[in-house]
Amino acid sequence: MGNKEGKTEYWRWLEYQRVMPSRGLNNAEIITAGVDVGSVGSKAVIMTDGDVYSWSVMRTGSNSSDSAKKALGWAMEDTGLTLKDFNYIVGTGYGRVNVPMANRAITEIACHAKGANYIWGPSVRTVLDVGGQDVKAIRCDQNGKVVSFLMNDKCAAGTGRGMEVIADLLKIPIEEVGKVSLSVTEEPKPVSSTCVVFAKTEAVGLLRKGWSKEQVLAAYMRAMSIRMSELIEKVGCERDFVITGGQSKNIGIVQRVENILGMKSLPAPNVKETGRDPVAAGAIGAALYAKALYEKSCKR
Amino acid sequence: MISAGIDMGTQRVKVVILKDKQIIARSQQFSGFEPTKAAEQALEEALQNAKLSRKDIQHITATGAGVNMAPFADSTVSMMGADARAGAYFFSSARTVIDVGAEEARAVNCNEKGVMLDFVVNARCAAGAGTFIEAMARALEVELEDMGSLSLKAERASPINASCVIFAESDVVSLIHREEPKTEIARAIFDAMAERVSSMVYRLGINPDIVLVGGVAKDVGFVASLKRRLGTEILIPEEPWFAGAVGAALIAAKRAGRRQ
Amino acid sequence: MRVIQVITYYGYRDGSGEYYIVVDAERCNSCGDCTKVCPQDALKMESMFIDLEDKLVVAVAEEHRKKLSYTCSPCKPESGDVPCVQACDQEAITCIWNPMNRK
Repeated sequence: MGNKEGKTEYWRWLEYQRVMPSRGLNNAEIITAGVDVGSVGSKAVIMTDGDVYSWSVMRTGSNSSDSAKKALGWAMEDTGLTLKDFNYIVGTGYGRVNVPMANRAITEIACHAKGANYIWGPSVRTVLDVGGQDVKAIRCDQNGKVVSFLMNDKCAAGTGRGMEVIADLLKIPIEEVGKVSLSVTEEPKPVSSTCVVFAKTEAVGLLRKGWSKEQVLAAYMRAMSIRMSELIEKVGCERDFVITGGQSKNIGIVQRVENILGMKSLPAPNVKETGRDPVAAGAIGAALYAKALYEKSCKR
Repeated sequence: MISAGIDMGTQRVKVVILKDKQIIARSQQFSGFEPTKAAEQALEEALQNAKLSRKDIQHITATGAGVNMAPFADSTVSMMGADARAGAYFFSSARTVIDVGAEEARAVNCNEKGVMLDFVVNARCAAGAGTFIEAMARALEVELEDMGSLSLKAERASPINASCVIFAESDVVSLIHREEPKTEIARAIFDAMAERVSSMVYRLGINPDIVLVGGVAKDVGFVASLKRRLGTEILIPEEPWFAGAVGAALIAAKRAGRRQ
Repeated sequence: MRVIQVITYYGYRDGSGEYYIVVDAERCNSCGDCTKVCPQDALKMESMFIDLEDKLVVAVAEEHRKKLSYTCSPCKPESGDVPCVQACDQEAITCIWNPMNRK
């Protein structure tokens, strides 16, 4: 947990980097990278011949270009790779974000669908991506191509930032809020699902009325889950359904969304061993598109 | 004819007592988590100021977001209706009344008698109401009362994500980090709010004269930004946050007269 | 029958209702007619990455996406027809306008 002058920051989640040494670099023909700079988290994925080799997940700083460089640099750590080794790099993220070392940028929606297709396979049809400051509902086909897409980036309700607010209020580390919210014996009524500010005020009121932290957390989580589910319902939820982004690890959200939609989401086991990390879905998709674009340029 | 209006606001409860259409007492209390009790206290205080007891009041009308929790109400009226009536009461030329409260903003078209003709309410979204200014004041570590005058010192507005209070808070934190002047951040906040409020008014159609009421009306920064955005003069009554209660009290007087 | 679509919903849903301009990127032929008739200048041609190619497709301008209810309101979408939808002969753009009942 990060510490700023001794004060615990409950909203700070763990950054990490992973390398999979079982995949050698010597036989790799095409080395690509995808860098996804989100408003809250930056992810970089390095692929050899379309398989994940190493990746990093870290908090985006005040400068998005610097964050892009740092994320890729971290993914390259302990790999022996230099920038010259990459055949193609694709940048993605919110808006027209600047990834300085990228050959080109691709919209994050396309990258997320492609990444989900890689992680779970061609059966994926519906993706819920919960980012730091946005929520996306994506319908895709068996090739990971986007069929329809809807995003809320207007408001914090249902986003990672919304979750940080409650973690901070209740002083529960953000990595634990999911588990804690499921410890209630009975699911309480949700707080406001249209606005985090009002939801927070309602949460404070519930605490005063004597509700436990777990109950308040459950009520808040339910509200956020309702908001996310509304987006999915708009594009239609077709199996197989998956969840990507930071909140994919929040079991409190995952279970509630599944419950509201009446459909289970595919799990993502053995992330460390397989490199199929739902948090980095966008960067994975970007790295895959990098390979496809490189191959296309070679054919000319 | 003695009547009273209770405005059950989300942040504060306001009570006004009228005698023959003149304001003889007013008081307010924080709604807190027990708005009914706050309303009872506010009413008591107003009665004491007016040297009256509750049975002297012929009719009490309640309004506001928490109207269902109003004590002793003989009738209720929508916030839009109360705003329209109050606007016309304070300014006979009023045809549009804008009310920006703690959690909601609305605009009402009315005729010369203060009868509501049409209205627009903004979403249940903190970014379009007083809560935004409060949250930003906290983020800037500035007193709420100083936000207005601070913003007036700025020549330009900082770029902030104004679609959401939570996102704006993060933006403000990083802007402060980069030593962005607080004056320009404050100005950006008022400009953003003024844009949302004026978009709402445009949807209704601008019908002068425009009256601004509600708690936010006393903020010079917001008023300046709104005037700039609308490009017209704006009339503001004294103690504009009592407008809802005044309107409710006027309607109470009318209803009491009818029942006799 | 396989229907090819790449549909994007621009807009949002909040406490007051739901408001979207919906664009089908596969149907859009990049003619730009809709962008010319929008009185708010809210529509722009944007590059969209589809099938490893960049296609010019209509999109709602960034600054309007989060206040779509205010932007589109003057065209009175509740009446059923709006200029941008009418201008398109490919049926590539539609408008979803569902304000909630007011208090």
